[in-house]
Amino acid sequence: MKLKKSTVNNLISFGIVIIAFIICQTMISTGVMKRSLRGQMIPICVYIVMAVSLNLVVGISGELSLGHAGFMSIGVFSGIIASAWLKGALGLENELIRLILSMIVGGAFAGVFGALIGIPVLRLRGDYLAIVTLAFGEIIRNVLNCLYFSLDGRHLHVSFNNPSIPGTILVNGPNGAKDVDKIATFPVGFVLILFTLFVVLNLINSRSGRAIMAARDNRIAAEAMGINVTKYKMMAFVTAAVLAGMAGALYGMSMATVTAAKFKFDTSILVLVFVVLGGIGNIWGSIIAAALLTVLPELLRAFADYRMLIYAIVLILVMLITNNPTMRALFTKLVPRRGAGQKGGEAL
Amino acid sequence: MVSFLRFLINGISLGSVYAIIALGYTMVYGIAKMLNFAHGDVIMVGAYIAFCAMSYMNLPPLVAVLLAMVVCTALGVVIEGLAYRPLRQAAKLAVLITAIGVSYFLQNMALLIWSSNPKVFPSVFNVGQIRLFDGNLVISSETILTIVANIVIMIALTLFTGRTKMGKAMRAVSEDKGAAELMGINVNRTISLTFAIGSALAAIAGVLLCSSYPTLQPTTGSMPGIKAFTAAVFGGIGSIPGAMLGGLLLGVIEILGKAYISTELGDALVFAVLIIVLLFKPAGLLGKPMNEKV
Repeated sequence: MKLKKSTVNNLISFGIVIIAFIICQTMISTGVMKRSLRGQMIPICVYIVMAVSLNLVVGISGELSLGHAGFMSIGVFSGIIASAWLKGALGLENELIRLILSMIVGGAFAGVFGALIGIPVLRLRGDYLAIVTLAFGEIIRNVLNCLYFSLDGRHLHVSFNNPSIPGTILVNGPNGAKDVDKIATFPVGFVLILFTLFVVLNLINSRSGRAIMAARDNRIAAEAMGINVTKYKMMAFVTAAVLAGMAGALYGMSMATVTAAKFKFDTSILVLVFVVLGGIGNIWGSIIAAALLTVLPELLRAFADYRMLIYAIVLILVMLITNNPTMRALFTKLVPRRGAGQKGGEAL
Repeated sequence: MVSFLRFLINGISLGSVYAIIALGYTMVYGIAKMLNFAHGDVIMVGAYIAFCAMSYMNLPPLVAVLLAMVVCTALGVVIEGLAYRPLRQAAKLAVLITAIGVSYFLQNMALLIWSSNPKVFPSVFNVGQIRLFDGNLVISSETILTIVANIVIMIALTLFTGRTKMGKAMRAVSEDKGAAELMGINVNRTISLTFAIGSALAAIAGVLLCSSYPTLQPTTGSMPGIKAFTAAVFGGIGSIPGAMLGGLLLGVIEILGKAYISTELGDALVFAVLIIVLLFKPAGLLGKPMNEKV
């Protein structure tokens, strides 16, 4: 039996992720891994999924989204509420099933909002699209700051700007969610990465994926070929939103307290930094960059003050090196390698 | 009624600051066709320079503002030369990400130099207040100064772009870079000049913003920056009167929205306006619709 080249590549990708997981898991169970690093395992999974899903929008679909953290926050809060409701109203005690159901709910909500936001946003182009995704991210955060949720027996209460609602408060407006059931586990995070890779890699290698990339490379030519550009851009955007929502739900249930303020513009930029440093359009790059840059600050505590500064400088330098012809020529002379980081650079 | 007037005047004052910032955005966008994300952070740098000049060096306010303008002008030109000029031929996405990088760089430099503790901006300008309705409506000196500064800048810029040779060169470059170059216009120098003017305006805006809202932090500039961009888009990006109109309207919408709808949702309202405008009038209120070339 002869497999397609893309299938073989995908299988290799899954294999490497599984091996990485086994190594991490053995290190955790044998106690080799430090406690502080062990606490980072779920955030690493979350940020890998965030980076890969944002790469689907920025790299594969060629639209700069600056509001990815907004979808994550929708996932966080809908996931937390779903988990509490499943436990309180349906008496579902099994943590694993509850976690998975909550992640599905988080993904579904983020997907619905992704579709709602995508309809107006994807009609715009370039800079305008970027600024409107940023605007939506800020609106989501502002509105979440005013929402209060509580669980009263079997009933879920929602109020806007009014903290006095019956029952136990789940989400307390700007104070966020407190005393969350920490049911998130590293293996589930790992499965989420596999799921994300499965979805994204299959999408890229499918007919739809080729249509998405065609629309990225030349919108007018793609339209002339009969590709419904808005539909395919929407497909990438909503898929990314769903994945970000699932990652958000996982993240929410790994933290004891979480507020909407955590998912401001900076978080969107952080994920964008992962995508750009890993190479726009390069899924593997996103995974490695997200994992390393989530762990690094933990290892380099001494340089904590300079971390964002270094990110900023690296971001500028990477863009200059990959996009300026003279610097690119200079750089390839110094470091002979295949230009992996340039794939999506010429997207717009 | 009096309270409505008070909100309206506050809105116009805030809107004037947005308008001055939006002028910088709109000129740079018009000429370099790029969204200078770092513009908001130049405002913050300007405000810090003025703050340091007044609080540590005890310079008079006017000298402090001039110093801030000089520093910001230099900063704007340097940013353009180092980060944006090499990417003139590159994809828009790359330029935008670089601009975000510059914005982060400025914010984190400010964080290292001045720390994240908010500084209280001194009340610098005292040209007297206006009292109306038996003292029920007080228009502060900052408000008066902001509105006056806005009008002066608006007139000066309109004259500059309309009458002077350099202003005409700027308009020519924004219309067609290639043709302008063939006419003997130094495109790079013209773009640098635009950045210089935009950054000098940002310094003024920074001082005015911080005299009305006197907390100064490294992140002070980012939100007004984004809102001013919204204002520029609202009025029609590339158009100077459009930036003015957009800024004023946005300031009034924000203050009235905060006063009458919800304090927490003031920002959300501003962004909602942006989205609605872009959907129904993508070229903005006073902008010219652009046709796509195949």
